[in-house]
Amino acid sequence: MKIRCIVNGKQTDLETAPDRRVVDLLREDLGLCGTKEACGSGECGACTILVDGESRLSCLMIAAQLEGKEIVTIEGFSKEHLHPIQEAFIVHGAVQCGFCTPGMVLAAADLLKRNPAPDRHEIRRAISGNLCRCTGYQKIVDAIESLARVEEESDE
Amino acid sequence: MSEVALPASLEEVYAIRKREPGAAVLAGGTDLLVRMRADGKKPPVLIGLERIPGLSGIAIQDGVVRIGPMVTHQNLLDSPVIRKHLAVMHEAAQVLGSPPVRHMGTIGGNICTASPAGDLLPALYVLDAEVEISSPAKKRVVPIATFITGPGRTILTGQEILTGIRIPVPDPGYQGFYRKVGQRRALAISIVSMAALLMVSPDKTVRSARFAWGSVGPVVMRFPDVESSFAGRTFGPALLADVGRQYSERIRPISDIRASASYRKMVAAGLPLKILEQ
Repeated sequence: MKIRCIVNGKQTDLETAPDRRVVDLLREDLGLCGTKEACGSGECGACTILVDGESRLSCLMIAAQLEGKEIVTIEGFSKEHLHPIQEAFIVHGAVQCGFCTPGMVLAAADLLKRNPAPDRHEIRRAISGNLCRCTGYQKIVDAIESLARVEEESDE
Repeated sequence: MSEVALPASLEEVYAIRKREPGAAVLAGGTDLLVRMRADGKKPPVLIGLERIPGLSGIAIQDGVVRIGPMVTHQNLLDSPVIRKHLAVMHEAAQVLGSPPVRHMGTIGGNICTASPAGDLLPALYVLDAEVEISSPAKKRVVPIATFITGPGRTILTGQEILTGIRIPVPDPGYQGFYRKVGQRRALAISIVSMAALLMVSPDKTVRSARFAWGSVGPVVMRFPDVESSFAGRTFGPALLADVGRQYSERIRPISDIRASASYRKMVAAGLPLKILEQ
């Protein structure tokens, strides 16, 4: 079937099987291999993408569902320069093997959009659907925390 | 390959199902697509309900909250109506799956999947929720406990689909509690879960107590005779320990990959005491 959607800011016409998994469509048809697949059953977050700005699992979506939607993968997340979240991941050493990183970055983007000033507990909840098997969670939380907008202190 | 339809109205859903009785109904996909992949089976048609306007939305009218089946768990968390009037459901939605699963999964899906471990279900049972079932012929409304008949089984037949959830707003004197025990905090299928609604007088006399338990039987369990025995007693640790003891003796859990039956009974015995921590 024909599907019309926006992928990483570009109007895109796709010709694909309607029940093709979105993760396969992205990786194999569009060559967007930044989106990873690990568990294939919604338990690891490696395949996280943004659909209309909200984090979703591309292994549990099928192509037909993309009609008319705006999709952002890690490739389209930064424009000319790295996104501040990506910069923070580098500065804080939040990347080890890198396999969970695209999903972690997009999960962080979803969090910071909903809650610009999360505390560490809220950050841990927000990335609770993303597994890092290098177990580098502390540094990932550090990186996201560094972007939390600090509430202005008031002496009054 | 499955054909995929994203109809804009219930009438279209009925028409497709009439033509293709083997069609599967797709809500959020967080259970169905996992199951289809695991089984290696594809239905001839997948009917996605996500573009039918009448199946989303949360509204309160005449003391009843009506929730569309395509309302996601995140929609529940974001709703001031749910937070204010159905706090026990807000609590349940908080511990369901993970953020992306909550963005995709729906309340209707959680109900129709009918897992004894469905995280919203104990909250829906303790709130005396009812579900609306629609077909081209008629609409009927039944209690959630009638709707779910066993693990993965509901009373839906033929063309019927779930089109709404109705929850009477509990008396404001009730306080809601929800606790789930799993192997980890996120993305865990519950080992035991408990929803409770308690009404306690200022002098600590229990006026009414309702408890619903998940993952301890083929369906979510409530025991009206046990509930009614708590009225008139004094609220406190001694009572809650007795509540745990009574339910622990009453439930008949099974041993499975997540926990043994005896462990589940032990957890159930302790869970009511957690109410004191809230």
